[in-house]
Amino acid sequence: MARPPNDPPVTGLLDAAQGPLHPVAAATLRAALATGWADPTRLNPPGRTARSLLDTARGVLAGALGVRPDELSFHPSAQAALEVGLTGLRHARRRTGSRVVAGATERSVLLLQPGVEQPVPVDTVGRVDPAAYAVALGGDGVAAAVLQTANAEVGTHQPVAEVDRTCREHGVPLLLDATASLGREGGAVPSGAGSVVVADAASFGGPPLGLLAVRTGTRWGLPGPRREAEHGREPAPPWVPLALAAAEAWQQAAAVSVTEERSARELVDRIRSAAAAVPDVEVVGDPHDRLPHVVTFSVLYADGEVLLEELALRGLAVASGSACTSSALRPSHVLAAMGVLTHGNVRVTLPLHAVSPSRADDVDRLCRELSDAVATVRRRLGTDDL
Amino acid sequence: MSGTEGHPPSDARGRSGGPPVVDARGSRCPVPVIRLARAARGLPSGTTVVLLADDAAAWSDVPAWARMKGHTVVLLEDEDWTEYRVVLGEPRTERGQADSST
Repeated sequence: MARPPNDPPVTGLLDAAQGPLHPVAAATLRAALATGWADPTRLNPPGRTARSLLDTARGVLAGALGVRPDELSFHPSAQAALEVGLTGLRHARRRTGSRVVAGATERSVLLLQPGVEQPVPVDTVGRVDPAAYAVALGGDGVAAAVLQTANAEVGTHQPVAEVDRTCREHGVPLLLDATASLGREGGAVPSGAGSVVVADAASFGGPPLGLLAVRTGTRWGLPGPRREAEHGREPAPPWVPLALAAAEAWQQAAAVSVTEERSARELVDRIRSAAAAVPDVEVVGDPHDRLPHVVTFSVLYADGEVLLEELALRGLAVASGSACTSSALRPSHVLAAMGVLTHGNVRVTLPLHAVSPSRADDVDRLCRELSDAVATVRRRLGTDDL
Repeated sequence: MSGTEGHPPSDARGRSGGPPVVDARGSRCPVPVIRLARAARGLPSGTTVVLLADDAAAWSDVPAWARMKGHTVVLLEDEDWTEYRVVLGEPRTERGQADSST
């Protein structure tokens, strides 16, 4: 379907952790406004229509995660899905213990949950050591474990198969966080891995929508009064047009996933080379065993905020994990856990090609402009002589 | 990461002929690292330079800078700030050694 004329093409977007909707998903969303607006729990005709559309979306997205529709629930955000998913695991095992084993580069929303006391350290590329993870699992009173399939900030893959096996050996349920990878690479969720799997429709061109799968047979339950919607996991059902747009985005992304992944990987390789060629720039994260579409580098003697502004002047939108760009003025916990430079940090999350057809040109422009942008920022800070 | 034993910063500053001390308390990233690099510029290897900083980012950035530049650093944590004792490595002729992680 052609892009409707009222959606101007996206250019210069290199920060698509939450990007614009896939154009076909946007069209589906518009169409669903007319058909799927009703509360799907109502028994009247509009409600029944919405229910049927929601069931369709659930079937499609369950397929995306490799789970059954009755295992999958929709949540207002990926963060909400992660929080609910972990809370249900902990609560169900509260007689065993309350501790949660998690890697140090897990998403903040998970690290802030009760029970996560001493995260498992990561190496300089950001990967947890499976042996250290196993030691933590062997401790007393472990209720649950958490592992990301890959890190959203630096791209590094985690040893999912190994940690999943160790969790089973210890009888500890594992929450697998695939929010950065589902829809961006094949095999993002290994078949049968994890007791709970969480993903985000925004990662593949859908709207922000948390996807939570609790595998059948998992001991799982939330404290407090029973929730009515989404298999007892949410107080209210999702807004059906969002679920439909998410399902559409998945189908669109899945149809071109092989070429999309290959092309993104090649573009990120270009950025890694261009950044590494600039003096005193450190490209971080695993160079090979990583997400195809994410790359991060840190520029010594430069200010992340100023660098972002300098690149914005050149028409490029990137992100940063530097303290000065965060509302709390704290650096990214991921970069800090890896022991890499946190200042002068630039993070690129490529949009899907379908979302931003100019992305290869934008990447080339970043590669061309980077050296000069860095020199300009260092000159302005008076650090070009260091 | 080292423990909290060692000389308090006032010692380091007060000692005549002691190492140069950069007091970057109150400055935010990337200023502490920049001031430290400036103080270290041109000094021979083996020289000690001391940085006092209370910025959370310096806690990861000073060791990262030292690793990129071949210096060694010991952290001595005080209640409100951290003292970084840097022993300079061999000076490098060229800026660069970029992308040491790959």
